[in-house]
Amino acid sequence: MAGGFPLLSGVDLELSSSSLTVLVGANGAGKTSLLRLLAGLIGLSAGEGSVLGLDLATVDRRQLRRRVGWLGHEGSFYDDLTVAENLTFAAKALGRPLDTLATVLDRVDLIGRRDTVAKQLSAGQRRRLGLAWLLLRRPELWLLDEPYASLDDDGRTFFDALLGEVVEHGATVVVSAHDPLRSAQLRPRSLLMSGGRIVGES
Amino acid sequence: MALLVAGKDLRVERRSRVLLWQVVPFGVMALLLSGLALGPNEAGHSSAAPGLFYLVIVLVALLIINRSHAIETTAGTRASVATLGLDPAGVFLGKAAALAIELWLTALVLLAGSVVVLHTALHGTLAAVPSIVVTLGAIATAGTLYGALTSDANAAATLLPVLSLPAFAPLLIAGERSFTSALHGGALLEWWIISVVALAVYLALGILLYGVLEES
Repeated sequence: MAGGFPLLSGVDLELSSSSLTVLVGANGAGKTSLLRLLAGLIGLSAGEGSVLGLDLATVDRRQLRRRVGWLGHEGSFYDDLTVAENLTFAAKALGRPLDTLATVLDRVDLIGRRDTVAKQLSAGQRRRLGLAWLLLRRPELWLLDEPYASLDDDGRTFFDALLGEVVEHGATVVVSAHDPLRSAQLRPRSLLMSGGRIVGES
Repeated sequence: MALLVAGKDLRVERRSRVLLWQVVPFGVMALLLSGLALGPNEAGHSSAAPGLFYLVIVLVALLIINRSHAIETTAGTRASVATLGLDPAGVFLGKAAALAIELWLTALVLLAGSVVVLHTALHGTLAAVPSIVVTLGAIATAGTLYGALTSDANAAATLLPVLSLPAFAPLLIAGERSFTSALHGGALLEWWIISVVALAVYLALGILLYGVLEES
């Protein structure tokens, strides 16, 4: 709810594992709210639903959040830390061995930027750093809020390739976007959202 | 977890240099202006030095607390960090420890300034250090709690002082009294104990409630 109005209403959605779903809609359509609900960042005020087998009405949201990964278009890390320091923080918090960092950095093509402070990265590099956080975690459910915003064609291609790989490995990926994906590599399910509802599917 | 969070907060602070180039100079200027406000005769042998020291400390603390929580609420960061599943008690202890270290470092500079500008006696100032350490620790723990409470508010920078100053007041009185006692003689221990008890209470409250505050 926001200002007495429901952020989402009448949303009926089922996501299968190893799939890519794109929520398409204008600003205020409810895409981010739906992603935040799926991530356990906001609670369910009415209705019912479950994510990764956890009932949204009763679940300890912290328990759900540990199993999902979030990438926002603004960035997902500490701006005053370097790429390596951000990933080291995440790895230590998750109890992951630090020797996985080089592999992850190599995968997102940031190995040469490991000592760059995050706020000095370009939009595309910041998005790759966000992906590196997620690759460290390998969550079951990836929730990406407008990840394609302000990416150039190379950035989009890189992103598509990585998401395709993630889905292939069994993860469920939900992405929000203003426009349907124009990807040669991915065949996502597209859900059109408007006014907090899902109004179409393709 | 607490060490990890404290290390991260201190590294962010060191990299941004806000404490060094903005907060500490602000504190020094506030102390200098306080000395000027007392006038040349009073500043030379002022019994107001402990009160002025804590007044400046609380202004500095409000800046540092706001900043400590602002780095967590940057767009996108909060959601991503929330999905790391960090233990709230560990986050609270880590943030409070980082805040305390920043306050202690600032206090070092302000105490030196107090000796130079307000002519507080050096041996009395040194005797007050243990009570200052504990009082600032208590301010850091209380501030971390109130910072979490107000960090999501539209006007966090103004709401934080309104809510936290009543909580800081007993600590400031106890700190000022024990500093004065160290300088001029008197019941130092009794006032010190108030700060110790407050520190213990706010630590316990933070460990228990920080997760709830984060969720709200």
